[in-house]
Amino acid sequence: MKFIDEYQNSELAGKLAQRIATHTTGQIRLMEFCGGHTHAIMRYGIRQLVPPTVEMRSGPGCPVCVTATGDIDRAIALARLPGVIITTFGDIVRVPGSHSSLQQAKAEGGDIRIVYSARDALEIARANPGKSVIFISIGFETTAPTIAAAIIKAKREGLENFYVLSLLKLTPLAIRAILEMGEVKLDGIIGPGHVCVITGSRPYEFIARDYKIGCVISGFEPLDILLSIDKLVEQVESGTPKVEIAYRRGVKPEGNEKARELIEKVFEPDSAVWRGIGNVPQSGLKVNREYRHFDADSAFPVPPHPAKEHKGCRCGDILRGVALPLECKLFGKVCTPERPVGPCMVSSEGPCAAYYQHGAGDE
Amino acid sequence: MNEAILLAHGSGGKLSHDLVEKIFLPLLTNPMLARLDDSAVFEAPGRLAFTTDSYVVQPIFFPGGDIGKLAVCGTVNDLSMNGASPLYLSLSAIIEEGFLIAELERIVRSIKAAAEEAGVSIITGDTKVVNKGQADKLFINTSGIGIIPSGIDISGANARAGDKVILSGTIGDHGMAIMSQREGLRFETPLKSDCASLNKLVAQMLEVSPDIHCLRDPTRGGLATTLNEFARQSRVGIVIEEDKIPVAEGVRAACELLGLDPIYVANEGKLVAVVAPGDAAKIVAKMKQNKHGRKAAIIGEVTAEHPGRVTMKTKLGPSRVIDMLSGELLPRIC
Repeated sequence: MKFIDEYQNSELAGKLAQRIATHTTGQIRLMEFCGGHTHAIMRYGIRQLVPPTVEMRSGPGCPVCVTATGDIDRAIALARLPGVIITTFGDIVRVPGSHSSLQQAKAEGGDIRIVYSARDALEIARANPGKSVIFISIGFETTAPTIAAAIIKAKREGLENFYVLSLLKLTPLAIRAILEMGEVKLDGIIGPGHVCVITGSRPYEFIARDYKIGCVISGFEPLDILLSIDKLVEQVESGTPKVEIAYRRGVKPEGNEKARELIEKVFEPDSAVWRGIGNVPQSGLKVNREYRHFDADSAFPVPPHPAKEHKGCRCGDILRGVALPLECKLFGKVCTPERPVGPCMVSSEGPCAAYYQHGAGDE
Repeated sequence: MNEAILLAHGSGGKLSHDLVEKIFLPLLTNPMLARLDDSAVFEAPGRLAFTTDSYVVQPIFFPGGDIGKLAVCGTVNDLSMNGASPLYLSLSAIIEEGFLIAELERIVRSIKAAAEEAGVSIITGDTKVVNKGQADKLFINTSGIGIIPSGIDISGANARAGDKVILSGTIGDHGMAIMSQREGLRFETPLKSDCASLNKLVAQMLEVSPDIHCLRDPTRGGLATTLNEFARQSRVGIVIEEDKIPVAEGVRAACELLGLDPIYVANEGKLVAVVAPGDAAKIVAKMKQNKHGRKAAIIGEVTAEHPGRVTMKTKLGPSRVIDMLSGELLPRIC
């Protein structure tokens, strides 16, 4: 067992695709929550494997993509403060804000450093005691425990110059918001595999209970995704929507309690603005009172400015599953990975980048 | 020995001479370099190839090599990819103040070993020292000159419909070895860079058939980018099969973990060749005899349809278009 080949086996994939084709009786529309799912679907040609009656829509599961323009503007404002070092994940520096980007601010002299984890940011804070090191933290329940751990470590070490701008988000409420809007009729959701490693499947039970559609938690290999589609098709055909785990090697119903304890120790729920969805109460994570010293929002308040969205960019619609990347007029013409207009074309987990990189624009 | 490079080592004065005479000269010596004139003087017959490249890799020491070995192999390979036999290299080092002399010596030793293995001489060079913070430890530039034997015409523009595409071995080894060493990503891995000079492999391929159409080393941007360059330059389509592309187990696992596709990951000791269909099997058989070509395989072919486009039949069966690498390779966040 090498844990890779088994999940990329073409014979099994063919059988699953065949099963899906024989089971579907009508048109069904599924949303894959994660950008990672969209990538795998495009990379392995899963759209061509499943019958045309199964339509796949991308969802909001790309941390860079759902970061709101206003929050990018805030990060840029922080980067322009004297004595500040901004640290963050690579993709976010290329996302356009209202008037600039972190990349632009860097070229103008801002000290902005790309790191792979919050631990690196801690290291930079230790090495630069005379500067304020702010970590722009984006991500979901998957990333939050690592950031919480960094903040706890900073407190333990008495590291006074480390701050976190928390743009962390909680996924179940975004799904609820999309289903509540009801703009696009969905027959099932391919649930976020990595997020559920932490949260478990229970926070998603509401999808079947309140909205009568299924949710199958999926891994990121092609067979994981095909199996999840198969299970959703079966649920639709038998009229028994439920929440299932098709990623047993990673996800337990109860999730990872230790990781959640870390999150609860450092953060508290707060409202958050999601690109495309808007303000969703309780769907963000804010640094709590006990760790307030490390909260960049409290230490460096930035007066809010109205954000300016780029005309014609449909990232918001794409992240709600209302539009496909190819339905955006800017796709591949004005907006490319080299000159992205919206974050969905920037991030390696972005739906537009997945479509572009895997040649969907040439179809 | 903790002696560090001082700004004075770059002053052109006594310490500069010391550095050259104690470290560079004894290790890299040859009659042309030893003259220490302002330029190296040599005679060369026939058609020459000339190339230059700068090396700023970080970290400077990595599993399977270091910046010195890379600086020799990279330039040797750039010459080889035009069918040239590499002869001479220049070596220019930009050193950050405070860099340890012992580390510099270790790198020069590695340059010596790589040059000997490739059969090239370093015949001219330069060192500069910059203030701390103005360079990241050590930057190296090498330029190289080689001779192209008559009858050889290799170019990215020479692919023709029906040609076969050959890959010399596993892909992604260098890029993943480097990534495994980066701050914050460091993971335990047996991965090693494939950094190697390919001039002898190319010479053996040319022995089998001087009619190799295209040859390129898929460095940054990986296999996907090189194939796209061929397709665009030659105005042809290229179809490859994912199943045929060799990828080492560790590289695949690391790529899956980080959400990367090995066809975009850098290589430093691999080549892609486009050859006439009748030559392909013989060339692959010959390549397999060289340690840098042991896993050589035919991975696809050139088509007249869809000029400029590279398509890959995925492991699961469907085909997809393969574009060049755009942006940077970054690990997934979620």
